[in-house]
Amino acid sequence: MRAIGEPAMIETVIFYVFAVLTVVSATSVVTVRNPVHAALFLVLTFFTSAAIWMLLEAEFLAISLVLVYVGAVMVLFIFVVMMLDINIARLREGFVRYLPLGLLVAGIMLAMMLSIVTSDTFVLEAGSEPTPKPADFSNTKALGGLLYTHYVFAFEIAAVILLVAIIAAISLTMRKRARTKYQNPSSQIQVRKADRLRIVKMPASEDRR
Amino acid sequence: MMLTLSHYLILAAVLFSISIAGIVINRKNIIILLMSIELMLLSVNLNFIAFSHYLDDLAGQVFVFFILTVAAAEAAIGLAILVVLFRNKRSINVEDIKELKW
Repeated sequence: MRAIGEPAMIETVIFYVFAVLTVVSATSVVTVRNPVHAALFLVLTFFTSAAIWMLLEAEFLAISLVLVYVGAVMVLFIFVVMMLDINIARLREGFVRYLPLGLLVAGIMLAMMLSIVTSDTFVLEAGSEPTPKPADFSNTKALGGLLYTHYVFAFEIAAVILLVAIIAAISLTMRKRARTKYQNPSSQIQVRKADRLRIVKMPASEDRR
Repeated sequence: MMLTLSHYLILAAVLFSISIAGIVINRKNIIILLMSIELMLLSVNLNFIAFSHYLDDLAGQVFVFFILTVAAAEAAIGLAILVVLFRNKRSINVEDIKELKW
């Protein structure tokens, strides 16, 4: 028979391994010299966070974090970082000067949040831990069921937000070069038959036949 | 030793503080600033998911879903603005962007 505490022990070990990795890579994101390295460390942070979300039985969100963030957003970040020719030395100015201030602000913030988080308000009473879901429970199905019923309006607004983001990103970065050839849809629509088509009247004679 | 809600909340608080420190330290570099904002959103998402798990309520995960959507839109628009900015000023230093500063 398996010991009672064994699965919880493994979970704790997994949590600590990934928590330490997350904190170390997040610290590297804000301290490394090269922005490309920072972006890659951010990818590592997202991966380890996805593992922790998996531990919290949020499988769909863990996968979509890897797919959406690592696969799309971070690729975009790295693409932009590599495309821009940045003077790193100038951007690092004031790093040492602002370091004490940054640590002070972060320390105060952390102390405040820890005092709230570890207070009695957020400590659930013993025995109220959620029971693990059965193996055939589908997190994606449950989430979808909720998303398409209760939150369908918010879901549609999210779709509109993404549409706005697409249009904004394209219209911001598109530039017209003088030599670019493009169609003018307005004049295409307004064209009339008389502009394109010329009907020629020809005498029809029987000799031709 | 059991994992409790506090473990996850403390981890999220640490992540949030790191990103705040990152914003203060790297205040010249817009790219790192954007990355710090992504880190903040990640820690908030971790809070939502931890509460969703321990209170056994899927609404938290739905919220994370929407936060991910908005964060993706924000990253796309932010980087587009960054590209336009670099095209016009040949720099992404915060110091060089002060036309609107009185």
